[in-house]
Formats: sequence, structure tokens, C-alpha cells
Amino acid sequence: MAVYKRTYKGYLGDLTPFWMRFLILPRYSFQRLFQSKFLVLFLMACFFYPLGCAGFIYLSHNLSFLKTFNIQAANLLEINSKFFYIFCTVQSTMAYLLTALVGPSLVSPDLVNNALPLYFCRPFSRTEYVLGRMSVLMYLLALITWVPGLILFVIQASLAGWEWTRNNLWIAGAIFLGPLVWNAVLSLIAMAMSAWVKWKIAAGALILAVFFAGAGFGFAINSVMRTNYGTLIDLGQVNNTIWSKLFRLPESSTRIDVVDAWDALAVACLICLWLLFKKVRAFEVVK
Amino acid sequence: MQAVIELAGLGVRFGDREILKDLRVSLSGRTIGLLGPNGAGKSTLIQTLLGFCPVSSGTATILGYDIRSAQRQIRAVVGYMPENDSFVANMTAVSFIRMMGELSGLPPDAALERAHEVLFYVGLGEARYRLLGTYSLGMKQLAKLAQAIVHGPKLLILDEPTNGLDPPARQRMIRLVKEMKDSGEMHLVLCSHLLRDVEETCEEVLILKQGRMVHYANLEEERRANKRFVEVETFGDDSGFAEALTGLGCECAASAGGRIKMVLPVGFEMREIYRLAAERDLQLRRLNYRRDSLEDIFLKAMEV
Repeated sequence: MAVYKRTYKGYLGDLTPFWMRFLILPRYSFQRLFQSKFLVLFLMACFFYPLGCAGFIYLSHNLSFLKTFNIQAANLLEINSKFFYIFCTVQSTMAYLLTALVGPSLVSPDLVNNALPLYFCRPFSRTEYVLGRMSVLMYLLALITWVPGLILFVIQASLAGWEWTRNNLWIAGAIFLGPLVWNAVLSLIAMAMSAWVKWKIAAGALILAVFFAGAGFGFAINSVMRTNYGTLIDLGQVNNTIWSKLFRLPESSTRIDVVDAWDALAVACLICLWLLFKKVRAFEVVK
Repeated sequence: MQAVIELAGLGVRFGDREILKDLRVSLSGRTIGLLGPNGAGKSTLIQTLLGFCPVSSGTATILGYDIRSAQRQIRAVVGYMPENDSFVANMTAVSFIRMMGELSGLPPDAALERAHEVLFYVGLGEARYRLLGTYSLGMKQLAKLAQAIVHGPKLLILDEPTNGLDPPARQRMIRLVKEMKDSGEMHLVLCSHLLRDVEETCEEVLILKQGRMVHYANLEEERRANKRFVEVETFGDDSGFAEALTGLGCECAASAGGRIKMVLPVGFEMREIYRLAAERDLQLRRLNYRRDSLEDIFLKAMEV
């Protein structure tokens, strides 16, 4: 119907299936996020290291180039699980900063302007809302962590040959699983903070503070109680423990059991979900 | 006729406090008014119908869907305009309404077309590319109305739609409500403190007080019934006019200024009044159907 016909008319067309409606939120969120030039520049900066790594992998397999510059291939860093572990660690740090940038603008604008009743009076559940908002971060973080990681793995596999690929295929699993879990934890923490602290700058600071405070308290607990369990609240160290196991590195310096580390991450995620579902609702009952 | 809203012993409790108590009524009018003083439970009733509040006893159905078991179906056919400000400040109106349309199930292209359409319909056509955060209160109310109708709901719930509006804006909102009612494509529930708004637009009224239903009135029926009460104002010598009307079976009460109030008997033809006046060369300056105003009904209900 043309816009000039200003009479009310119902809608009789087709409807989209319920299951795909959570994908609507990321689309609109990206439109808003990419209006920020700073975010675009930061996102571009996140690809410098993967590009460098790709160049390194290519050059390390290009003997004629190495000979030109009189470099011995043996002197170069070996491309193995440790190489990819370092890659994932660097990129996860970037992911952490990106989360602090993007996370606060996901839930808090809806809470500040009381927009949640408008979402939930539609055939759209709280779970779909959380999934939709979380997927914004999951897409972005994937773009700078496991996606370039897997691309690097494919480059290396194509250059190193079938033998190397067959022996190191498990690294691809580690590249995918490790950052995926870390991204999920980051996303949930960011959203929970964004839901509870509506002021975006404060929420961003709090996302950063969660990790620093965890590290500080963990260290204090370990020192005072003469134990290693304080490390369980230091999510950075917890993640380090899990990744060390996934990338089959020598014993981690954190000295906590990998099962305990998984449990700690699961508890952190559950707390974040609980915090989120306390806040993400159509209305608040004021006691 | 299928009930639009049917409350079957509906009760809602927050902690120890009972907010809604044993509500039972079947509402099937085109426009339903929800009245009550502050804290009567009007907004809680709306939120319960939308599935925002847990039901503690009884149940309710909306257009045949049970609120306990078919929330998704209910939300697909309902449009809701909340009382408070609800928007995303850094989105343009057209983008926001389109997103809400898509969340209701409209495909992106159809949602965009509908967003433009409803924004023009509510009168925000020229401001549709402005950020919602820059809108005035009246414009925000209209934007809320636009998001509530973008998906063409079968039931539109309006919670205090004229709150904070200046008289012209209020008139515009009431006109839109009437137009939507007259379109015949949707039922409306209007929750308001303003009796005049409800009286102008609603066919049925449910009055709540302290979480209980204290009165149900079918205004449309009462309007029809009250047509038998007539007040005329005459000019000239009206001696014998009242007696003549009484002779035709009317109950008359004459008062100063040539005013006569009467209750017409069943089957009485209005033209008889004109005929009697013409026979006496009497001018009829005014003829009103007098009825109980909603204010009378409301005040009586509050005394319960």
C-alpha cells in the first residue's frame, strides 16, 4: 500500500518462522555499531596480527625467499600448537578489549529507555533476546579469533602438506573450541554487566574490572590461604589452564586442575545468565 | 460471538500481596475500557494478559487463546502500547518501527513498508527519519502507537494513550483510536484514568478497585436504553405542552427556562413531540437524549 493512503489497514501477508527472529537483533545492532568510526578502526587493527601470522607462515615455507635474506629455516619459530596458542592468546586479548567496547551498548540502551516490554509483548522470548544480543558479540569475536585462526591453520596445512595436517588436525579443534568458549564467557560477562550498569562507560569499565579484580583477589586468596584455588576466580588464568590443555602444552603455571577450570568457567557463565535473567524482563516488581 | 477477553477467576499475587483477585468477566465489545483509580490493578491486568506477570489462580483467554498455555499465539495477535516511555533513543522512528514489525514476524521488506505506512497514519510521516530520542512527548506516544499497530494486530491494548498529551494531541489520539475501531479490523482495550477518553471511544467498561472487579457496564447497551430519557428546551408559551405529552404516556417534569425532562414510553414516536409543539406554535430550541455519564457510573462503582 502506498504511503499516501493514510487509513488503517491490517497486515495479511506472510510471516517469518519463529526460530529465525533472534537473528533480527544482530542485524540492527551491527547497523548501529558500525556507525562508530573508532570501532571500525579498532576492528581493523584486530586483523593486523593475523595478517602478520599469515605472512610469517607463507615466508617460513618459502625457502627461496629465506635464502635471499640468508635466514635459516631452523632459526624461525616452528609452526605448531604453541604458535597457534600464542596467536589465540593475542587475539583473545583483542577480543577482551573489543568486548569492553561493544558489550555495554547491547542491553543497556534497551533498559535505559524501557524498551524491553516492546520486545516481549511480541512473539519473542527472553531467551531469544539474550541469544540475539549475545550473537552480536559472538559474531564479532569469532571474526577476530577462531575464524582467522582456522584460516591460518588452513594456510599452514596447504603449505606443509598432508602429513602435517593429519598429525595436527587436533590443533584446528583447539583453535575452534578454546576461543569459542572464551568468547561465550566474555559475551555473557559483558551482557550481564551491561544489564546491571546502565551507564555505558561504567559498564565498559566494569567489564575490564571483572578480570583485573578477579586476578587481584585470586592472588590475595592464594597468598593468604596458601592454596591454588584462588586462581579459580581469575578467569584469565582459568582460561589459560584450559587452553594449555587444549593445545597440549607442557604443564600450566597456574597449577589448577583443568576440570576445576572448566567448572569455574561454567559457574561464571551460570552467574552471568542468572544476573541477565534477573534484569532482562518486561517489567520490574518494585518491592 | 467469541469473547475478546474472558477472565475466569484470574488472580495475581506478588509475594504476600494479592494484586488481582478472582476476576470473572467476558468482554466481547469492539472497544473495551479499563477503568479504576491508581493502584487498582489495571496495568497488572494488562501485563498478566500479555504474560509478563505470573498467574497465581484462575486463568484468562484472549481471542480464544489461554494465557497460561498459548502466550506466543497471544503475542502474535496483540499490539501493546505501554504507559511509560518505551523506545530506543538512538534509532530513527522508521528503523525502530521496522525492527518491531520484523520481531512480530513481518518479512524485512514488508516491515519497512508497514513502518512507513503506520508512521504516516499516526501523523509522524515527516519526522520518521528523526532519532526517537529527539521526539517530544506527544510524538513518542504516537511512535508507541505506531509500533503497536505495525504488524496489524487483532487486539490492540492501549495503556494510558493520552497521558501527557496537550488537547490537540489528545484529540488526534482519540481520533486515531476511533478510526481503528471503525476500521473493524481490530478490537481495542483502552486503559485510562480519563473517563472522557473511555466514554468517547469504548463500548464496554470494566471498573477495577483494589484488584477486584467492582462494575461492568455495557455502555453501548446503556446508551441505547437511555435513549428513552429526553430533555427538551422550549421557547414561547408552553402551557399545556407537558400535559399533552403526559396524555401520550410520557412522564414529564417541567423546570425553569422552558425545560421539560421526560421518560418516553415504549413505542413512542419522536415526531409526536414535534407535532404537539407545532400545534401550539412552540419553538423547540434543544432536544437531548439524557443518560448516565460514565462519571456517574464510575463514582457509583467507587462507592461499592
